[in-house]
Amino acid sequence: MIRYSTARLVFAFLGGLVLLFILAPLAGMFLDTGMPELMETAGDKEVTASIRLTLWTSALATVFFALLSVPFAYLLARREFPLKKLVLGVVDLPVVIPHTAAGIAVLGFISRDTVVGQAASSLGLNLVGHPIGIALAMAFVSIPFLINAARDGFENVPVRLEQAAMNLGATPIRVFFSVSLPLAWRSIVSGMILMFARGMSEFGAVVIVAYHPMVTPVLIYERFGAYGLQYARPVAVLFILVSLAFFILLRMLSRTKHAGTSRYK
Amino acid sequence: MLELQDISKYLEDFQIRDVHLRVSQGDYLVILGRSGAGKTLLLEILAGIRKPDKGTIRLEDHDITHQRIQHRDVGLVFQDHAIFPHLTVASNIGYPLRRMGLRNKQMRQRVRELAHTAGLSHLLDRYPATLSGGEIQRTVLARTLARNPRLLLLDEPLTSLDVQYKRELQSLLRRLNHQGQTIIHVTHDYEEALALASRVAVMDQGRIRQQGTVEEVFRNPSSSFIAEFVGMRNFFRGTVERLTGKDHKTIRLERSDVSFFVPAGTEEGDVVVTLPARNIILSRSKPDSSALNNFPGTIKDLIPTRQGFEAIVDIGIPLAVMITRESQTRLQIEPSAEIWISFKANSLDVKPL
Repeated sequence: MIRYSTARLVFAFLGGLVLLFILAPLAGMFLDTGMPELMETAGDKEVTASIRLTLWTSALATVFFALLSVPFAYLLARREFPLKKLVLGVVDLPVVIPHTAAGIAVLGFISRDTVVGQAASSLGLNLVGHPIGIALAMAFVSIPFLINAARDGFENVPVRLEQAAMNLGATPIRVFFSVSLPLAWRSIVSGMILMFARGMSEFGAVVIVAYHPMVTPVLIYERFGAYGLQYARPVAVLFILVSLAFFILLRMLSRTKHAGTSRYK
Repeated sequence: MLELQDISKYLEDFQIRDVHLRVSQGDYLVILGRSGAGKTLLLEILAGIRKPDKGTIRLEDHDITHQRIQHRDVGLVFQDHAIFPHLTVASNIGYPLRRMGLRNKQMRQRVRELAHTAGLSHLLDRYPATLSGGEIQRTVLARTLARNPRLLLLDEPLTSLDVQYKRELQSLLRRLNHQGQTIIHVTHDYEEALALASRVAVMDQGRIRQQGTVEEVFRNPSSSFIAEFVGMRNFFRGTVERLTGKDHKTIRLERSDVSFFVPAGTEEGDVVVTLPARNIILSRSKPDSSALNNFPGTIKDLIPTRQGFEAIVDIGIPLAVMITRESQTRLQIEPSAEIWISFKANSLDVKPL
């Protein structure tokens, strides 16, 4: 009993140190930023434009790649196929690649002398330095979060329910939309929030694909480089506040009770 | 109606082999077997969830062995229910109706009818998390029936239910069968077979060991395994009635003139009654005891068993009675001997239908 209590104290102390490590720098940053500075920064058009750009490019990347990734995640959760482990490794690859290297890779993929770049050019788009290029760089580094969360979600849906739906005459596509997707929905939304968050905070890959237009992490870096900590800090604080507000909102939305359907009363 | 020929399935640690089964329209077949006998696997093969490695399945003269699960006219009620947790009772029941080309109004009407049949009309708006085990079982049954399956498969449908729900569901299943629904029901509980089945198949280690009517299988088990497993030779269907002017009640047994006394508290109506062979006492003359049930009879057969003998006594119906070798010698019990049997009213196990 005494040993257990001691152990618990030691673990709690270690946990406290970790929490302090996360919270202390953030708290310091908030305390060092006065309300007038923050209000001034909130009125700075360059800052607000960069925050808007960051939010919508990351949202675009998340929604577009969710359409491609969710069915793929279902396949990974439900089917066995040759080289599946290799495919799972490929999915996780962006997590282990240094993000500047990821940026170089994405740049090589979308620059004008590539097939993708030429196809975009024919539509009058230059992906390098374009919000779509930024969205692609964000997606590259953040997509494993969505695929893995969705795969976990689908794996947790009992196969029995899908078999029951098929026994009731449902086609595989109806089983997916009426049983698997609604039941894995919470995990998928969590994955989308993670992907969105990870995309928003990306600096390394984005800065290589597009220095301009500036997403907020690049703007913070630029203000720090050009004017120093004093000028970068309010932008960072404002960006963190906006991000937190979004995460809290999205989490609350994803936790509201999933409304079931009742059409045949 | 349904014919299984040589169905075999080999899994890593288990197999079912050479299963032959024949089910006619309107049959209620109970497949009896211990846990791990292969009953669920057989149902999954019938439903199309698993493909057999060998053999054919014919349903109304169509070979459905390789037909896709969605296209078989076979409804399966899973042992673990597989109710859709994100849909209300109404939407669970209505799930199969969307592919049947019904208008919304017709669907609602059909859901209401099915809910009424299953006694769920007051629960249509509820989610599964708020339902009892019996309500969930009735919901999945109604959902399966919504497709009008030619064949209804039930995997241990009564196992997790308490006594009251069990009776309600048994009565619903019996009603469905009387309306013409062909049913295959797998269970480990021989009492369910007694209460519901028109035919019984006994399964062991992946094989069907015996099949036939309830009477054929229970009264003439083809092997010691089946005799031991079904374990009950003295079972009857009958009606409990109150004797006019008396406190006692009796069971009038179906297809015979024999009646047994039962305890006064027994509910009146149609029942299945079982009488354990070890609870019957044999004597040479009419016993003078507190037992109400005393019948003269004739020994028809004497079958040696591990413990002694099983005597088949004809008292208007055949009754199996266990006796030791010592008693057999002392009472000179031989075929054709005239004897008396007696048992107490409360040694009868009476189950309402």
